[in-house]
Amino acid sequence: MHRYLKPDNLEDALAALADGDLVRAAGCTDLLAATDRKALPGDVLDLTAVTGLRGIDHGSGDVRIGGGTTWTDIIRADLPPAFDGLKLAAREVGSIQIQNRGTIAGNLCNASPAADGVPPLLTLDASVELASVRGVRILPLAEFITGPRQIGLEADELLTAVLIPGSATRGASNFIKLGARKYLVISIAMTAARIAVDDGVVTEAALSVGACSPVATRLSEAEAALIGAPLDPSRITDAMVEDALSPIDDVRADAGYRMSSATELLRRTITEISLPAEAAA
Amino acid sequence: MNKHSPLVRFTLGDQAQTVSASPSRRLSEVLREDLGLKSVKIGCDAGDCGACTVLVDGEQHCACLTMAGQVSGRKIETVETSGREIANLQKSFLAHGAAQCGICIPGMLMAGAELLRRSPKPAVREVEDALGGVLCRCTGYSKIIDAVVNAHAVAQPSSPPAAGASIGARIPRLDGAPKVDGSEVFGADHRPNGSLLVLAVRSPHFHALFEIGDTGKWRPAGVDAVITAADIGGENCFGVIPPLADQPALAEGVARFLGEAVALIVGDPAVVEGLDLNTFPISWTPLPYEITQAEAGAPGAPQLHDHRPDNTLIRGRVASGDPDEALGKSAFSVTVSVETSYVEHAYIEPEAGAAWMDDDVLVIQACTQAPIMDRDDTAKVLGLPQDRVRIIPAAAGGGFGAKLDLSVQPLLGLAVLKTGQPCHMVWSRTESMLASTKRHPGSLTATIGADADGRIMAMKVHGEFNTGAYSSWGPTVATRVPVHASGPYLTPNYLATSRAVHSNGPSAGAFRGFGVPQAAIAQETLYDELAEVCGKDRLEFRRHNALKDGDATPCGQVLQGVGIADCLDALKPDWERALHEAEAHNAADPVKRRGVGIASCWYGCGNTALPNPSTIRLGLTTEGALRLHQGATDIGQGSNTVITQIAADALGLPVDQFELIGPDTFLTPDCGKTSASRQTYITGKAAELSGRSLRSAILRMTNAGDGARIALIGGKVVVEDGETSEIDLASLPLDERGYALSAEETYDPPTTALDENGQGTPYAVYGYGAQIAELEVDMKLGTTKVLGITAAHDLGKVINPLLAEGQIEGGIAQGLGLALMEEFLPGRTNNLHDYLIPTIGDMPAIKSILIEKPDPEGPMGAKGLGEHVLIPTAPAILNAIRHATGAKVTKVPALPHRVLAAIKARAEVGQS
Repeated sequence: MHRYLKPDNLEDALAALADGDLVRAAGCTDLLAATDRKALPGDVLDLTAVTGLRGIDHGSGDVRIGGGTTWTDIIRADLPPAFDGLKLAAREVGSIQIQNRGTIAGNLCNASPAADGVPPLLTLDASVELASVRGVRILPLAEFITGPRQIGLEADELLTAVLIPGSATRGASNFIKLGARKYLVISIAMTAARIAVDDGVVTEAALSVGACSPVATRLSEAEAALIGAPLDPSRITDAMVEDALSPIDDVRADAGYRMSSATELLRRTITEISLPAEAAA
Repeated sequence: MNKHSPLVRFTLGDQAQTVSASPSRRLSEVLREDLGLKSVKIGCDAGDCGACTVLVDGEQHCACLTMAGQVSGRKIETVETSGREIANLQKSFLAHGAAQCGICIPGMLMAGAELLRRSPKPAVREVEDALGGVLCRCTGYSKIIDAVVNAHAVAQPSSPPAAGASIGARIPRLDGAPKVDGSEVFGADHRPNGSLLVLAVRSPHFHALFEIGDTGKWRPAGVDAVITAADIGGENCFGVIPPLADQPALAEGVARFLGEAVALIVGDPAVVEGLDLNTFPISWTPLPYEITQAEAGAPGAPQLHDHRPDNTLIRGRVASGDPDEALGKSAFSVTVSVETSYVEHAYIEPEAGAAWMDDDVLVIQACTQAPIMDRDDTAKVLGLPQDRVRIIPAAAGGGFGAKLDLSVQPLLGLAVLKTGQPCHMVWSRTESMLASTKRHPGSLTATIGADADGRIMAMKVHGEFNTGAYSSWGPTVATRVPVHASGPYLTPNYLATSRAVHSNGPSAGAFRGFGVPQAAIAQETLYDELAEVCGKDRLEFRRHNALKDGDATPCGQVLQGVGIADCLDALKPDWERALHEAEAHNAADPVKRRGVGIASCWYGCGNTALPNPSTIRLGLTTEGALRLHQGATDIGQGSNTVITQIAADALGLPVDQFELIGPDTFLTPDCGKTSASRQTYITGKAAELSGRSLRSAILRMTNAGDGARIALIGGKVVVEDGETSEIDLASLPLDERGYALSAEETYDPPTTALDENGQGTPYAVYGYGAQIAELEVDMKLGTTKVLGITAAHDLGKVINPLLAEGQIEGGIAQGLGLALMEEFLPGRTNNLHDYLIPTIGDMPAIKSILIEKPDPEGPMGAKGLGEHVLIPTAPAILNAIRHATGAKVTKVPALPHRVLAAIKARAEVGQS
């Protein structure tokens, strides 16, 4: 009989992890989908009862999203416009059934190149908080996910929170996912943008593309091209996007298509940002 | 910290519930197997289909993605526990015809219940968002949306139509109640006491030799038997076309496709489901393989079957006139090559069933479309006489053709015979997608010529079809395609040939249309090009060439009751409106361009040039019960209702007095298989004959005339014909069928064999249709959004408009999938997240126009419909894409990258 541990506090959870090899389980939308078995294989650490892992705290300017926060929680949260892109991404995660179970930590730890949460979190300069009995460390999201299904998480660690610095909560944001059907679809490509405009001039630009490289990526050259001028997507050249991407052919699309659609999607993501009412429709 | 506890406590509905279960077990398993809540359906175990949707603390969750331990202290609601709260929603589903096979309905109901709590009168968009996580493969979603939107105002069911008024009545399906209350028994829902679990060991290779080691030594405690081909008592070879049967129930020494079953493990379910099959003693020697028709059909390709050189299973041919000469004389001719993909049926119910011994009879209750064929082939494999095998079809959670072939039946039989215990087998989604049949991928090249006036002169077409590892329905596709490839148009000079090519892909079998949808893509897209070069409106061009009564088909068959012109005429107002709207839109929006396309279909109902009788029995018991022995499996398409409606009017009694018996090979005469759009026509005709026969007997006994009215009151048949007579059924002796009065009639369509040029009468009845697709293409992303489909179908006589619309909407959904997203890549898309079927948000508004051009042969003039509805959709969509963009997409599905590539290719041609 496999073990099933369901601690109600973080200390017990971390102690259990330090004690042995456990499957860290929350929404199980990836874990149970990956097995043909009728039960989750292995010794299980169910994190859904751990106090403090779920919820969003944005009292101090910085925003802390608990690792056990579900996509539905994010959709319902009262957050500034900089998080609109993240909310739009949350609505595109699978289906409502998945959004009701799937957690932000699970999405990041599953590390699919097509993880819906990653591009908007990159535009929010997100970091992850990793806890173990040895202590707590913070890693930028871009350093945490190192490749497809590859993350910098030790066997005794939990991703306890996603941290957004107050400095990244300015401006408006947007997200577009491109798939071959409406619901329950894995991205062909997706783009996220967060833009701050002061006195008619772009002062901050954070752009990212997902499902077009092993890990979703920020587009620093394109970002730089937007800064210091009125918001104008045509300042982004095809090369600025394409040089940052390395898409593959798969069952959903070919690499060439991903390259060209990413550029087009990115321009639309930015264009529609200036019309927030339309972007949210 | 809570240490592991085998008890999980939660609230189920309003009741506290404690269940002893492994906390890491899927909640769906605990609800179904430990608590008997079988409304929770398992379609994928991956959150891809939503069939297991339940409410957890009022929110919809996939029970398959929830560990039982995660719901301790929480409230679970299922269809069974929701009671009165969802009663109106259930009524609305029934009244709107929202349930076809019914397998997705419990999930839809729970998602709908969650929505209605917060929004009692929801808008369509809200319904789509709320139900977006539940897949349906039958309905096309339109009627499900209607049911949820109107649940707040559901009308009380109206009383069923009076005697003689059943045909044409919009009555909800007669077998609908269990489909909306969660009690329908699908293949996985009946589990005999003490039943052992059967698990297949499957090939991990497309083509490989294998040797099975010492299974006795391997056999873990709790495993009762390991079964290999050596245990098979009969002939280890089955197939739907007996002369070409070639498929082993368990492979012998060589596996020819990925996922082929090579052995069975039978035992205690708790042990078998947890086995690590990697430890099973088997050694593999991979062999070269090919999985496409182009590669497997080429010289030097690995050969699948020694007696079929060049991997050629069969060829088909229809020839008439002199097409080469006529093409030479044509003012215009156009040529196209198209490629279609493997398409997965993706019914929400993976194959499942149970079997047991009843004295010396093996009883198999499993999902199927063809109980008699199951009986015959299973008996052959097991070495049993046919009368010792009884097939009781479980409710089929979708079929669409793939459940015509044997799946679990012979495997269950082997397990029961070997162990002497009742057994059950439930395929996982992965197993289902690996081992079930698919739509044939096709490579078709066609040339069509027209004269200066736009009249068709000739057509030549050849299709190569990938039939996969075993024959299945490959011969039917090879035959049907040449017969139908002209479309419903007068084509005086014609040569159509086909070849079914074996490969190491999954066996391609029957899928709604048997190859005709693939052929229609070539022909109907060419018609658009021809209309253009002829300078004709595309609908007018088709109307100009449409077959009419008295015309001969390429098979030389002279037709009557031809309804294609009526369908095209009925579409004309929508065609003109749509063209106008698209033009107006495009003047203002260069990026999202609208297009309008049209395509037609015709389709012969029943087996091609082969006998395929149906027999219907009607009986009146001495107590006054009226029983209809209805052997046609209703896989959601509605034969339980439609056949009863026909029998009712032929007999002259109302449908609500009929008690349905069967299907069951021990209780119902052979009604053939549910395929080839044959049940309404052929079984319906048998029902009509049977109803008339029983009526005649009643009228004879009472010396009444043809116009007499009959009624069944208590145990008496009351006949009114000026004066009233009575037959006291209790006073009559039982006849040879065990009834006071009964009738049994058989109908077999009058077809003939086809000669070497395909000349003859392949079908006695054809149905016709045409559809308009309106859509929008994003010129920079290549994405296609279908905005509307208008479908006109000639049913000859509409037996039940509600069910007919359901067939049309569901067929269009599958046609849309074929056109835009469905591509089964063997070994790469064995799940419902990499293999995409339309969701509730992908379906456009559908307008159905039902045409009645009576057929001289069909019952009350009726024709088949089930497959016709899928055929025009994909070519209409491709034609609309071309209209919108100028781009010609010749490989389906038209995924965004293919559409964008076609748009770019067109732009380059334009520049050069």
